[in-house]
Amino acid sequence: MGIDKWLALGQTAAELGLVNALTVLSLFLSYSMLNVCDLSTDGCFTLGAAVGTLTAIAGYPWLSLPAAMLAGMISGFVTATLQTRMGVQSLLAGIVVNTGLYSVNLALTGNKATLPLNKTTTIFSMAKDLLKDTFLAGQSALIVMLIVVALVVIFLCFFLKTKLGLAIRATGSNTDMVRSSSINPTFTTTVGLCVSNAFTGLSGCLMAQQQKSFDINMGSGMVTVALASLLIGGVFVAKHKRIPLRAVGAVIGAILFRIVYALALRLNMPAFMLKLVSSVIVVLAISGPYLKKQLPLVLRRWKASREGGLKDA
Amino acid sequence: MLELKNVCKTFHPGTPDEKRALIDVSLTIGDGDFVSIIGANGAGKSTLFNAICGSFVIDSGSVYLDGKNVTMTPEHKRARRIGRLFQDPMRGSAPDMSIEENLALAAGNGGWLSRVSAADKKAFRDRLSLLGMGLEDRMRQPVGLLSGGQRQALTLLMATYHAPQVLLLDEHTAALDPGTAEKVLALTKSIVEENRITCLMITHNMQSALDLGNRTLMMDRGRVIYDVTGEERAQLTIADLTDKFRQLSGRTLDNDRMLLGVK
Repeated sequence: MGIDKWLALGQTAAELGLVNALTVLSLFLSYSMLNVCDLSTDGCFTLGAAVGTLTAIAGYPWLSLPAAMLAGMISGFVTATLQTRMGVQSLLAGIVVNTGLYSVNLALTGNKATLPLNKTTTIFSMAKDLLKDTFLAGQSALIVMLIVVALVVIFLCFFLKTKLGLAIRATGSNTDMVRSSSINPTFTTTVGLCVSNAFTGLSGCLMAQQQKSFDINMGSGMVTVALASLLIGGVFVAKHKRIPLRAVGAVIGAILFRIVYALALRLNMPAFMLKLVSSVIVVLAISGPYLKKQLPLVLRRWKASREGGLKDA
Repeated sequence: MLELKNVCKTFHPGTPDEKRALIDVSLTIGDGDFVSIIGANGAGKSTLFNAICGSFVIDSGSVYLDGKNVTMTPEHKRARRIGRLFQDPMRGSAPDMSIEENLALAAGNGGWLSRVSAADKKAFRDRLSLLGMGLEDRMRQPVGLLSGGQRQALTLLMATYHAPQVLLLDEHTAALDPGTAEKVLALTKSIVEENRITCLMITHNMQSALDLGNRTLMMDRGRVIYDVTGEERAQLTIADLTDKFRQLSGRTLDNDRMLLGVK
């Protein structure tokens, strides 16, 4: 395989990685900052894709981005309302919304499981037309994604330093302290989930447009893939580092994940393995530190049991 | 002025675990009063604070702050006027955020989208230097790195950043080593006196219950059994307090921690 083929492979991986990075940044906000594991991510991703696709097909490619974000925001609002005002446990709220969104998404597409976008004007086709006579012609999709991701990172860095952003971070760190600062944690959780889901929706919208098709199952497993990317990013940028670095770390994690995945595919790993691989990564990243802490205990227990212990107890 | 009228709270009502934590408690605390509260474990001292803060809805009775009925006002809204410190120094601040960011939330200046300004930072620095712990040079470090004493001092600063009308201290020095405890207590006294904050302090140290403030409440099994102030209080000794407890509750005060006056 020639060098340009490898480059093309890397470029596609980077493009997809950047699209996924938006979902990863969304989880960076909800999972790392707000400390909520938002399991509505899969459905919300597909919702953004459906709304974005329909808006683009209707002839408004620009509008597709804010429309997908708004849809994501509404989904986030529902998830937040369920867990803060209606007594549904946080994890269950996400799962319930996720399940419900499957029907909502099919209702939106008129019960069509796929929608083609190859003849539709999208953000990517517009960028391609715009750059077609320049030396960047081949990189138009990458440029679009770089701009979008950069904007989202800049927004997040700014947002998390505002009083509202600080309150959202404090909600994830110590809810008591938020209340004693005269701030209602219900409000901060709601805003946090709305903003984070807006990015998930945007991510889905761009994924459909980049792939030139919408598929009802395109979001399935997204939360695990994104979590895996987030945790990979966390390996490079530790938790105590400053917010901008950590956000960039999340983006790098998303791109790396896609590159490693693309390489594994080249090495003949079947495509269906993607989700198992991401599950394993999530488990390793979360339970790795835990097991590392347990290891000395296990060794001591083993040593003690060799010196007798109490086996009949 | 803080006023409690016939406040009742029962946990797990109708179950074998039923616990009547507050029974018909009525209290009036005047502006600028410093009240120390003593009582054995489970007497209802912390529950009384929870009722004042609004951590739960009381079963019956009412709470008035400055003549306004705040019985049904949510906790976060009361927090504007009521500051609180817990025994656990970890409860008052967010460990993943920097000292500066914690203070910014406590200060609550500006609108939702405002950022910490240079003036804010200067003000935080000045306040922190009053603690004499060198925290003013560590403003960007996560609070999780501070020691228990430093964290409790920071919490004190946060709870009194805008002087509250009422400050509730729930054994706030009990988890600290003696030296640090003394320092935090001295800081508390100076902040409370300077701002003339009405203060309620739960303590297991009978000596400081008598030394600090101008009024002492003794609680037992959900009731205030002894309320002393003025001349009578000035004459009290620890022995008198244990006698009083035996006489009023019909039990001996078998809490070593209280008898020995251990902090």
